[in-house]
Amino acid sequence: MSIQRSANAAPPSDLLAHQFDDIEQQHDAASLGMWAFLATEVMFFGGMFLGYAVYRYRFAGVFAEASNHMDIVLGTLNTAILIGSSLTVVLAVHAAQRDDRRLLQRMLALTMFLGAIFLAIKFTEYFHKYEETLVPGINLVLANERDRQAAIFYSFYFAMSGMHALHMIIGIAVFAVLFGAARRGRYTSAYHTPVELAGLYWHFVDIIWIFLFPLFYLLGRHQ
Amino acid sequence: MANYLNVNYGIRSWLLTKDHKRIALLYLGAVTLFFFVGGAAAVMFRIELLTPEGDLVQAETYNKLFTMHGIVMIFLFLIPAIPAVLGNFLLPMMLGARDLAFPRLNLASWYVFILGALFMLGALLAGGVDTGWTFYPPYSTVSSNTYVVATALGAFIVGFSSIMTALNFIVTIHTMRAPGQTWFRLPLFIWSHYATSVIILLGTPVLAISIVLLALERVFGLGIFNPDLGGDPVLFQHLFWFYSHPAVYIMILPAMGVISELITTFSRKRIFSYHFVAFASIAIAVLGFFVWGHHMFVSGQSVYASMVFSLLSMLVAIPSAIKVFNWTATLYKGSISYDTPLLYALYFIGLFTIGGLTGLFLATLGLDVHVHDTYFVVAHFHYIMVGGTIMGYLGGLHFWWPKISGRMYPEGWAKFAALVIFVGFNLTFFPQFILGYLGMPRRYYAYPEEFQVLNVMSSAGASILAVGYLIPMIYMVWSMRYGPLASANPFGASGLEWRTPSPPPTENFPTTPIVTEEVYVYPAERERGAAV
Repeated sequence: MSIQRSANAAPPSDLLAHQFDDIEQQHDAASLGMWAFLATEVMFFGGMFLGYAVYRYRFAGVFAEASNHMDIVLGTLNTAILIGSSLTVVLAVHAAQRDDRRLLQRMLALTMFLGAIFLAIKFTEYFHKYEETLVPGINLVLANERDRQAAIFYSFYFAMSGMHALHMIIGIAVFAVLFGAARRGRYTSAYHTPVELAGLYWHFVDIIWIFLFPLFYLLGRHQ
Repeated sequence: MANYLNVNYGIRSWLLTKDHKRIALLYLGAVTLFFFVGGAAAVMFRIELLTPEGDLVQAETYNKLFTMHGIVMIFLFLIPAIPAVLGNFLLPMMLGARDLAFPRLNLASWYVFILGALFMLGALLAGGVDTGWTFYPPYSTVSSNTYVVATALGAFIVGFSSIMTALNFIVTIHTMRAPGQTWFRLPLFIWSHYATSVIILLGTPVLAISIVLLALERVFGLGIFNPDLGGDPVLFQHLFWFYSHPAVYIMILPAMGVISELITTFSRKRIFSYHFVAFASIAIAVLGFFVWGHHMFVSGQSVYASMVFSLLSMLVAIPSAIKVFNWTATLYKGSISYDTPLLYALYFIGLFTIGGLTGLFLATLGLDVHVHDTYFVVAHFHYIMVGGTIMGYLGGLHFWWPKISGRMYPEGWAKFAALVIFVGFNLTFFPQFILGYLGMPRRYYAYPEEFQVLNVMSSAGASILAVGYLIPMIYMVWSMRYGPLASANPFGASGLEWRTPSPPPTENFPTTPIVTEEVYVYPAERERGAAV
């Protein structure tokens, strides 16, 4: 990671910001910046994973019971869709590296499409939870101790999957911007840092879901 | 000659600037304002505490005042002060760089900071918050009738501004050092800012998510932290202090970096044991993440956990003491000149030592039960934050003022103000150690009569301190126009930032500097080296 700047700076181009000496330094800075940002994201979600773990341990029986109310079919489908979108992102980076502008645009569009499908299914699930009166703070009835413990399960479910969905919405917006730039031919084999870094972000969002899916849908499920 | 201040004029050229030096000045203006807002609240409750009864304000207002003081001082002053003002200005210059790695992100951080501050100040003006700066549930989620969500969201937003700054610093230090500037040729100011940035990056998101959960709980009536609904309020305390204890090191580490620069410059001597001082910063950052439980010795957490937290808290004393000893050893046989910045550095060493040693009292399980939530704690952390951070900030501001403004501050007035601040500070906070030990709890607007003498002393000290803080503000503003012009290196310091005119041009250096020797080499030492 440690880069020694060369004393004779390369001539500036419109892709090189004034504070950097060369494209390589700029690329290293941007990519370290994204990794550092992802470290903050890990800690951000980490707080909720910790809370989940504390209550999973404390209310093991009720949490296992509550996971039976998760829609395993839609959850599994969504997991597959999201993993598929990670593949399309990798192909987008690959296309940029090979100067294949058409493939790059297609893969970016496909990623956004898969992301949108995921969100649509997610919100369908939310709506079903609402219909089954399982939304804490809105229509979940707290009649006894077990209801209160289940409410904590659903609180974490909505907080964590909601925060994940928010990250996906931001990711789709980022890909929309990249798509516009890709149409103008901005990304080439020589310069495609934004595609690469947006891809990193998208993989991170995927990984969060890879943890959320077993924690809420699978652990303790007995139907 | 064109420099960053006169290259263009007008409000747009400041509000849309991407120059790290101008952004530092935007931050300087903002944090100075917030410092006096937070100070005004302190003045009001110190006046109230002149008498044992509640006469100026009643309990409710008093609670809002100390909450406002804490929130404004911590989130809007102490955390951003040194990194966002001095760090922003100096970090690229000390690395011989033209700017930070992400100038737009840097400007964005200022706007995010202002947005968060507006949330907080808006909530305070609308009627205030009475939870204390710690927002403990279930009081903050169920009982309190005040503007908790808006204030907490303000803290959430301000947190992102410090994450942006920290991320910028880490990337810049890694990728933009001058040719020849290896890691062990970095000024200690850079090392301490690196350590601070790591804490901000890993700690702040945890505060952010705790605030999100707290706000959801208050708005939707969730039960994650509410014992009535099966939740656990101690979980919030764990999450909160996981950030907020390291936040103490976010506040003190940058000041330690400033002190290292001041001590070596004004004793004309290479810092004693550079590597130890550098790694002590990293050690404090790492250990700082494993001591949060010492805030919760009486919260009902496991006794075994408390024992481990107690031990780990005491370990923090080791790197802290390494720094203090090395600064003192640097002074030994140096050719010392007692300029104002050095006075602040010496205050720092003495006051930080008192603050640090009383921290060991609080890390001791048995004694903490006696002094927990008393004025002893208040005195302890003010010795660290006011006696440490603010002394470091003022020392640094004086030291780099010629570089920032191109003008010298008036030395006589500056020494006088430094003395007033030192006297005022000790008179304010030393009596609080005694009050706390005698059993006066913190956060009460009324107290038994036998505590009055010490409280009057403390309030008298606070008014002296307030005057002491106003004097530098007046002469700093005065010096911008009337101060004598500063040379490129008025103090004979050794860093790269002194090898460019004062004030510097927008691109910092006419040509990229090349580093060929160790840091902190002064002419006398160089001659001595040549003689050997």
